Order: sequence, then C-alpha cells, then structure tokens
Amino acid sequence: MAMIELAGKQVEVDEDGFIQDPEIWDKELAEALAPLEEVPTLTEDHWKVVNMIREYYLRTGVAPMIRKLCKDTGFTLKQIYELFPTGPAKGACKIAGLPKPTGCV
Amino acid sequence: MSFKPPGPKVPQREIKYDEVRIYTDEEIHNYTEEELKNFKIKYDIPMLEELEKGPWPSFVADTKQLALHRRKLADDRVLMPKECAEDLLGQLQLSLEHGETHWKHGGIVGVSGYGGGVIGRYSDLPERFPAIAHFHTMRINQPNSKFYKTDYLRAIADLWNFRGSGCMNMHGSTGDIIFLGTTTEQLEPIFQEMAHVLNQDIGGSGSNLRTPSCCIGKARCEFALFDTQEMCYEMTMHYQDELHRPAFPYKFKFKFDGCPNGCVASIARADISFIGTWRDDIRIDQEAVKAYMAGELLPNAGAHRGRDWGKFDIQREVIDRCPTKCMALEDGKLVINNAECNRCMHCINTMPRALRPGTDTGVMLLFGAKAPILDGAQMSVCLIPFMKTEPPYDNVKEIIEKTFDWWMEEGKNRERLGELIQRMGLPKFLEVLGIPPAPHMITEPRSNPYIFWRAEDVPGGLTFDINEYRTKHAR
Repeated sequence: MAMIELAGKQVEVDEDGFIQDPEIWDKELAEALAPLEEVPTLTEDHWKVVNMIREYYLRTGVAPMIRKLCKDTGFTLKQIYELFPTGPAKGACKIAGLPKPTGCV
Repeated sequence: MSFKPPGPKVPQREIKYDEVRIYTDEEIHNYTEEELKNFKIKYDIPMLEELEKGPWPSFVADTKQLALHRRKLADDRVLMPKECAEDLLGQLQLSLEHGETHWKHGGIVGVSGYGGGVIGRYSDLPERFPAIAHFHTMRINQPNSKFYKTDYLRAIADLWNFRGSGCMNMHGSTGDIIFLGTTTEQLEPIFQEMAHVLNQDIGGSGSNLRTPSCCIGKARCEFALFDTQEMCYEMTMHYQDELHRPAFPYKFKFKFDGCPNGCVASIARADISFIGTWRDDIRIDQEAVKAYMAGELLPNAGAHRGRDWGKFDIQREVIDRCPTKCMALEDGKLVINNAECNRCMHCINTMPRALRPGTDTGVMLLFGAKAPILDGAQMSVCLIPFMKTEPPYDNVKEIIEKTFDWWMEEGKNRERLGELIQRMGLPKFLEVLGIPPAPHMITEPRSNPYIFWRAEDVPGGLTFDINEYRTKHAR
C-alpha cells in the first residue's frame, strides 16, 4: 500500500486513494482529500453529504445506498454529482474516509 | 406499427480517420509474418499455448501479435507500458498454474461526471507484472446493431493502442465495445477524446442501467416487427442519467428483439425484454407452401444446404415440430389455429417465403431475466403480451418508470428485478404495474393451471382463517 501526505500526515491509502484506516479520519483529512476528487473546497452542502455517509458507515459498517443518501440529505442525484463530480461512491465516500466500497462491475 | 422514418436525433459527426489518426501505416504494420513466427514473449506460457492449438481463433495468438506490435513501436509512441500484452499473458499463465486469479477484487475508478462505465482492475502481483499493475476496463456504448464505418474503427483502435493496451473485445456480452487495460491517469484523457473528438459515449457498469442493445432490426431483417434501433436509441437517450449515474440496487438491462427469434437473447438476459410480436394471423402463401413441399424452394432459405437431408417433409419438419400443435395440412392446404400459436417462429423460419408474421404488429414486454447468481438462471416472464407503441414510446416509459420506482424502493442491495419479483411475488408486481393476472403469465403455459386470487378479487368475498384451517390440516 502507498503512503501519501495529507494534511501534514503520512497516510496509508489503497491504489484508488481510499484511506486504509477509517479511525484516523478527521475534518482536516477530509479537506485534504477533497481536491483529489475535483472538489476544490468543502461547502456546507458537501459536509451534509459527507457527514451523512460517515454517520451511516459508523452505524452500519457499510456505505449507504445512493437512494438512501439522496433521501436523507434531500439532494437529487444530479445535485450529488454537481457536488462530487467523481460520483458518490468514489468521491463522496473517499472524502468521508470510508474504506473502498465493494465495487460491483 | 408501421415503419416510419426516424425522428430527429443528435446529428452524427463524420469521423475522418486521416484527421484523427495517431499512427502511420508503417507503425501499424510494423512486423512481418516471419518475425511473428520467430517471436517469443518474455515468459514461458505452455498452458496458454495449448489454447492456440486446433482450428479456432485464439486470444493467445492475438495477444502475441499485439505484444510484438507494441514491442516494435518506439518508446514514446505509447502511453500505457509497452510490455502490457506480455505481462498479461505471463500473469494469466501463472493464474492457471495457481488455479486462481491474480486480479484484485474490485477497484473504484471513473471519469468526471459519470459513476459508471469504467471498471477498476489491478494486478495483485504488480512488482512481477508492472506493465499491468493498472489494467482498467472501459465500456464503450456500441452503435445500434453494431454498424460501423472503418474510419471510426481505425480511430478508436489508434486511440486505444496509444492510451491503453490496444486490446479490446468486440463486443462484451452486454453489447458494448470493451477496452481492456489502461492506467488510472489515462482514463480522463480517453473519455475526453472519445466524447469531444469521436462523438462517442461510454456505456454502463455498476448498479446502473446497462448499455441498451438491440438486434439488427429493420435495418436488414425481414422479420423485425418493430423498429428496434429507433426504440433502443430513444431509451438510451431518455435514460442517460440512469445509464451513467448508478443509483439502482443492482444492474438493470433493456434489450430489444425485433421478433421472437430473439437475436439479442433479451428473454434470457434483460430485466425488461422488448420482443416484437403480432396479434393477427400468420400470413400464408399456399402456392409457396406447395413449392416448399415440392422441393422447389429450399427450407430455411437454404441455410442447411450442402448436405443431403433427404426430401423436405412438411409434416415431420414443420407441423410435428409445432410446440402447440396448432398446424395441420387439410386437402394439401396448410391451416393454422392462430389462437393457439405461441410465436415460436419455427414454421416461419423454415418456410419464410410461405409464412410471414401478421401485419398488426407491436411489442411484448417480459420482466426479470438474470444470470445464475441466486437461485439459478431465470428467463423473463411475459406480463404484457402485446402493446402498440410509437416514438417517443410514452406508454412504455410509464411501465419502465413504475418498475424502476418499485425496485428502487423495495429492492435489496444487489437484488435483480427478477429476484425481487420472486421474493415479493408476481401478484405484487402486477399490482405495481396495474395489470390484471392472466394465464400467459404462468411460467410454463399449459402445465401449471394455478392463478393466485386475492380475497377482494373473489365474487361474494372470501373468508379464510389459517388457524381454523390448521386444526384440520397439519403443516
């Protein structure tokens, strides 16, 4: 696994850039991850999505389904993609410090 | 449904290979047959070489050609490591020796604005096979019925050789062109080049609508009973969001077959299968029937000629083969009890000059086919045996949207529509679609007569107490 420097810390990430240890995630780390996913700065709306994903993950151990994410945050899918151009699974989950969602192809 | 010229579409850009080409003719044809014969890749691959034997084409032979071609290109003429084809064969040989794959599970990569269309692949032995440490797949939305111009094919081949491995599938099972193997950093440039220069979109992957596909349809086929290309195009354009931004519980497939011959096998693979059909009578030309019987016309339009199958026997080869036994010869004339016909197409395929589908044509909709992950493979079930529809197909879209809404609300993560129908029951799905139950919905017509009635459907009402029933009937 590769180490990269984020927010002044050496952080272990997988090949897709997801942090390996969800425990080390904090606000600064999220802000450092955001530009890697085409999000220059995290606005209030971004935080609403990130926090929802984070809380859901801590509660259930998995990332929320997209429909649940839209319902709980009140954003449409289009708005989510406007906030996170690389998509909810890649962009938003990475910024929220989740390990890589199990991808289906 | 009469054939109408297509409605307005996004104008197609004329691709001129000479304007977009990357390689010279010398670079493309950069090795001789002699060099290929003497070429050895850098790994020993005895198990793979077994696959080159026999009369069939072999992906191993193809990949060796690619390996030689790439080895002979100048270093600065490819952006994906040159040895990728060799490492690919080397890793596959090792996987066969170990009896397990050396691709890692999963991987999330993508292009800006899209959540699907790119599938992450990483080698789990990146030090040993560095050229395929990244080997991502891109799905490219194929044109309807896979009509291409050579300029376009040359252009994508150049692009993919330059920015990817040069290795592609024509086509994947879903229908897309599959680009096999590139690095993360090349994904966005390829996507931009495809979109803005080649006017070409990528396809679906992940939990979204997969690239819709259709048979050759009215473009070349006399059997096409609706314009599959028109409908496939419209549905692709209308459901762009569903195609590119995964929000479904799992994959969802539309496939359009112009007639029940089912050349894209929609009934076996699509969550909603659209199959052309007719509701009037099979058209019979009795003179042509006689000509087939007399041997003047070749059965199956001569598809089986070249071997002596004996004299054509209409009784044995057509009438006895009818699955519903709805045909007979009466006084030398062929008669069909059309009400019993189940559209198997056998008689029409065998005697196409004598028999043709009716002229009152439309589509039937079948739901819930899937491959065998849970509970085995499942064919889709015919719930709407006939409907008329015209562009922009609003009545079909209404049914599609009811299906999406229900499945997105009730479907579990990674549950296909067919599995949800099984779990919740067909009556529930019928209620969602707002259509009454009918005998044709039974999986095996004529062998299972049971229809589920709800209490409110029974005239005079129905009272049933399970506890009272159990006092007399053990579980």
